[in-house]
Formats: sequence, structure tokens, C-alpha cells
Amino acid sequence: MDIQSYLLLSATTFIIGVVGVLSRRNAIIVFMSIELMLNSVNLSLVAFSAYLGDVRGQMLVFFVMTVAAAEAAVGLAIIIALFRRKQTVNLDDINILKW
Amino acid sequence: MFSYSPLIILFPLLGFLFLGLVGWRLKNEKLIGIIGSGTVGLSFLVAALLFVQMLGLQPEERKHIVQLFTWISTFTGTPSSLSVSVAYQVDQLSILMTLIVTGVGFLIHVYSIGYMHGDPGFSRFFTYMNLFIFAMLNLVLADNFLLMFLGWEGVGLCSYLLIGFWFDRKFDTGGYKPGTATTSDAAKKAFIVNRIGDFGFLIGMLLIFMHFGSLNFETVFGRATVLSVGDKTVVWITLLLFLGATGKSAQIPLYVWLPDAMAGPTPVSALIHAATMVTAGVYMVARCSVLYALAPATMQVVAIIGALTAVMAATIGLVQNDIKKVLAYSTVSQLGYMFLAMGVAAFAAGIFHLLTHAFFKALLFLGSGAVIHAMHDEQDIQKMGGLRQHLPTTYKTFLIAAIAISGIPPFSGFFSKDEILWKAFSSEYGSIVLWALGVFGAGLTAFYMFRLVSLTFEGEGRYGHDVHPHEAPKTMTIPLVILALFSVVGGFVGIPESLLGGNAIEQWLEPVFAPANDKLSFFPHAADVTEYLLMALSVGIAAAGIYLGRMVYLRRAELAEHWKMRFPKIYAMLFNKYYVDEAYDAAIVTPTVKVSETILWKGVDVAVIDGLVNGSAKLIASVAQGIRRVQTGIAQHYATIFVGGILVILIWLIFK
Repeated sequence: MDIQSYLLLSATTFIIGVVGVLSRRNAIIVFMSIELMLNSVNLSLVAFSAYLGDVRGQMLVFFVMTVAAAEAAVGLAIIIALFRRKQTVNLDDINILKW
Repeated sequence: MFSYSPLIILFPLLGFLFLGLVGWRLKNEKLIGIIGSGTVGLSFLVAALLFVQMLGLQPEERKHIVQLFTWISTFTGTPSSLSVSVAYQVDQLSILMTLIVTGVGFLIHVYSIGYMHGDPGFSRFFTYMNLFIFAMLNLVLADNFLLMFLGWEGVGLCSYLLIGFWFDRKFDTGGYKPGTATTSDAAKKAFIVNRIGDFGFLIGMLLIFMHFGSLNFETVFGRATVLSVGDKTVVWITLLLFLGATGKSAQIPLYVWLPDAMAGPTPVSALIHAATMVTAGVYMVARCSVLYALAPATMQVVAIIGALTAVMAATIGLVQNDIKKVLAYSTVSQLGYMFLAMGVAAFAAGIFHLLTHAFFKALLFLGSGAVIHAMHDEQDIQKMGGLRQHLPTTYKTFLIAAIAISGIPPFSGFFSKDEILWKAFSSEYGSIVLWALGVFGAGLTAFYMFRLVSLTFEGEGRYGHDVHPHEAPKTMTIPLVILALFSVVGGFVGIPESLLGGNAIEQWLEPVFAPANDKLSFFPHAADVTEYLLMALSVGIAAAGIYLGRMVYLRRAELAEHWKMRFPKIYAMLFNKYYVDEAYDAAIVTPTVKVSETILWKGVDVAVIDGLVNGSAKLIASVAQGIRRVQTGIAQHYATIFVGGILVILIWLIFK
């Protein structure tokens, strides 16, 4: 397979992630969409790495995965804390940080 | 030997700094008094030493300038370069002024130890007094106009601080703010009126710089000697400088602050508003005598203003009832004589009168202070009388001063005043009218002085039984006695040739005024019968004034009442000081206040300036009111905008 297919897949999943982040109201789903975006980026990184024969891309993926794992831990903790406080994970109801 | 002359200025500065920084902690009045007067005394000793050494030198060696450091130096190398040093010039004129300032100043400081005893502001008083001496010495010893101006403003500041020394005391201004004025109103009046004069001084100084390219006395006067008489710019310069002098030295039209300045403690009136500061204008004119010699028109103005002030102030003094007000108008009047002398080019005579006046007027004020002290702050002479038994020393010294100011030989005032009157008559710039005004004023002076003496010290006591007058303490009477001594013998330094004297003071000052006299090219008048005749006439008029003053107020008290009834209009006019305060109030003060209030305050300040500031704030607030809706608190909205921004950037990057 040539690199375009990988990139196309990566772009598609990234856009799905973006749309999910912007349009869904459930915090869990938004969170998952963010993971989707991260992984689509990982995919393109790996694709480029293979295409160019350069392992630095794969190395970067490990970094991204590490950070994503940490982010998942913190993000889920925030969502749980939010739910405990407001009995909801609907993002439209979480709007007190404003004027 | 001249190199230690800055010490004269250093001591009062140290005294001021010490008392100002730690004086308020010292609870010991004696210590404060010793430090405060000691610094001035040390200055006097240095000045006296310098003077004695100068006596041993040739006249042309007596001038010396000590450069301390460069103060301002700009545009060096260009035609408009300005270089001003802090440098002190000791010469025959400035050493004389220094001796007066420190000598009389020292006596008044000693007197103040007694007079200010128990005052909560004791150390503050001596702090200001030392600052005053420092500023005054800068004024007289400066070798350039700018440093002189520094001293000029400095003494004005001290005058303000000391007039308002008892800033919470009620003060009867006899005009504005009836019943509610405090001494700080008098202080403000003095400061503001002086500001008008100082403005003239400042403009004059700038003109000097434009015209002569320097502010140094030596350079300016050196360049002035080559100019021809009647130079237009010099006329303007001298007129503007004279405006400054009318402010500082209380001449028409700016004399109105001096009578109100009597709100200050009496030693202040003696030192600042009689002996030293108010003579600064006379000193300045004498210092610039070359410039004045180049401007005959200004000389005429000076002489006329001086003569008019002398007579006008004397007439007001005739009917005042406040002991210090009488003396204040007397001071204005005597300053008028000094300016009359300046105006008829009798510079040495003017300085001579300044010297003798410093003695007897300081003595009169200190004597009045002793009276006020004895009468428990009563100043109305109608409520005094018969004090000679209770205050014998004060009475004797006061009487000596009164005779001296009246111009009875051989007391000091006679020689100086007669010298001025003779010069007013005989000088090229003089005239018989100026002389007649002077003689008339002299008669009035004798009259009101002896009215004052009679009402205060003689006759029956008109005060309540609860008042027990007592003689002042030694620290107050000793300065009185010393000043009385000088009031008697002070005139001997200027006995004119016609009375077989050497006129030592004129010879001493001759080198200072030589450049001016060269421009004037006078023919010396030989002593002739006219001089003796005029002398006898003025003494006769003074004696008549004394006799009248004593007769009316001691034996024929009903005469004064009678005249008051007979000429009510004239009496009211004199009593109300020709309504000058009221006229200034109506013509200048009230319009200024009204314009400030309606146009400047409510118009310009509130409407325009506040409007601009508040308007811009309101504009920003209303815009922000709309824009803040963007911040919804919903993270997805931000994310949407964020993504939109990225898209825009991407599109721009791709299609640029």
C-alpha cells in the first residue's frame, strides 16, 4: 500500500475526532474523540516513518502514547469529579467558567 | 583668606539640617536655642573676621569669588551655552549685607529663645529661621542671577512658612474672609503676591541671558558697561527686575502682603519682614546698579514708586491701631525711601539706610514683641498705655529706635535719611517734588512713631486689671539693648562731608557702584548753604512731628477724636488702607476665583477633561459589555473557534 491510503485514513479518523469533539455533548464521547484524534496522528506518524525509513517517527509515537495514557488518567479523573459534583457529564451544563 | 567664606553659608545650613532632622526629638529648649542661634552667631563671626581682613586690603583687592561647583552646564561650545556655578562673591556690598543678615539675625535668634519659650513648635521655628538665614545668605552672596534667584525664592518660602507658623490661629485680615481667616491665609497672600513679582524677576533674568549671554554678575555687568545709556532691552530688564523688587520689598503696587505678614511671630516680623528679606529688592537694585544706570526711564519709575510708597504707607500708619501693623506700614514706608535713593542714583545712601533701618526697625519690632509678650498677646495700642513703668528697658530702647527712625541727630536714622533726602534734591535724577514727598513722609513718620510711643508706653494704662505687664526675660532685653546701641551709633559710619565726616560707608561701597557712577557722570555737589538749610528743615519737620504726636496723644487726646469726627471720609480711607485690598479683591481676586470656578473648574475640568476620561472609560465599558458575551463558559465553543482559526490558517498557507 502506498502512503496516500494511510494518510487518507489518518485524515478521516482525525476529522471524525474533530467533529466528535465539537458536536457531541457527552464528555465521555468527547474524550474518546480526542483519543481518536491522537491516534490518527499516530497513524500518520508511523506511516511517514515507514515511508522515509526513519525510526524517529515511531519514537515520537511512543511519546504520544505515553502522554495520551497520562491524559486519559487525568481526563477521566476530571470527568468523575465533575459527575460527582453535578450528577451529569453533559458539557452544556458545565458552563460556570465565564463572565 | 577668602577661601573660607562659604563657611558663612555652611553653618546655618547645618543648623537647619540638624534641627530639621532630629530637632523635634530634642525636648531641651535650651539646646535647640543654642544650636539655632549658635550657627548664625558662628556665621557672623566668620563674616566679621572676613570684614576685618578686608579692611586691611586695597579697595580693588576686596572682591573675591569662591567657586564651589558647577551647577548647570548645557549647550557647551555653542553660542547659547549656559553655565551656572554655585559660587559666592564676597565684595564690599555683599559683606555688608552678610554682616546685617547674620548680625541682626543672631540677635533676633537669641531673642526668639525667650519669645518662643514654651511654644510646641519651638524646634520647628528655629529650623525655619536657620533655613531663612541660609537662603538669605545665598541671595546676598551669590555671584550669578540664578543662585540669587534660588535665595530669593528660598527666603520667600521661609517667609511663607513663618507667617503661617501658627497656622491654626485666627487672624484679622481687615478685609477678605472676615472672621474665618487664619494666619495661613496671610501666608498664602504673601506667597501669591510675591509670585507676581518673582515672575517679573524670572522674565528679567531670561532677558538678561538673551541680551548678555550669561547670568554671571561679572560677565553681565562687564558687558553692560560698553552699552549706551537708554538701551531698550536694558530698560525692560530693569523694569522687570524692579517688579520683582516691588514684590519682595513691598512697594506699590505689591506691598499689600507685608502688613498681613504680621500674622507671624514677632521675631519673624523683625528679621524677615523688617530687617533682611524685604530689603532684598533694594540689594538687588544696588547689585544691578550698572543696568539701572543704563536705564534712566526705569530710574524715574523707581524713584517715583519709592517716594509714593514712602508717603502712602506713612499716611496709613497714622491711624492703625495694631502695634505691629503700624510698624509694618512704617517698614513699607522706609523701604520706599531706600527705593527713592536707588531711583535718584544714590545707591550708597540707599544701602546706608538699609543698614540703619535694619537696626532700628528690628529693634522696634522686638520691642513690640516684648510689649505683646507682656500684655499676653494683646496688640491693640488703644488697650495699652503707661507701660513705661512696667517695661523700663523696652521703653528706653523703643524710644531710641523711634527717635532714630524719626531722623533726629545724632541718631542713625538722621544720617541715612538725610543723605537720601539731600540726594533726592540734588541728584540729576532727583527733583524738588521727590524731595518734598520725602520730607513730608519723614514728618508723618515722626508723628506716627510718637503716636505709637505715647499710646503704648505713656499716659494711663487702658488695660484690664487682670493684665499684669512685666519686663521681658534677659534673652529678650539684651538683644534690645545691643540693637539700641547700634541704632544710636550706626549712623556714624555715614556722616556726610558737610558735617565734617568721612562718609565711610559711601567710600567703602564706592568700588561697587563705580561702574554705575561712570555711566551717570555726576558732578559732585560741594557742601553749600542749601544742604544745611534742607537738613535743618527736615530735622525741624521731624521735631514738629514728634511734638505733635506727643501733644495730641498725651495732652490733647480729644484732638485726635475731633479730627476723626471732622474728616470722617479721610479717616475711613486711611483706616481702611485706601481700600487697596478691597480693590485688588474686586479687580483681581474675585474675578480669578469666579473664572476658575465657572470656566476652569466646572467648564474645562469637569466637562472637558473629566468628560474625556470618563467618556473613554464608558466607551470601553459598553464595547466590553457586548464582547464579553463571547465568553460562554462552554469549552466546545472555544474549541470551535480554535478549529475555525486553524482552518483559516491552513487555507491561507495552502492558497497564499
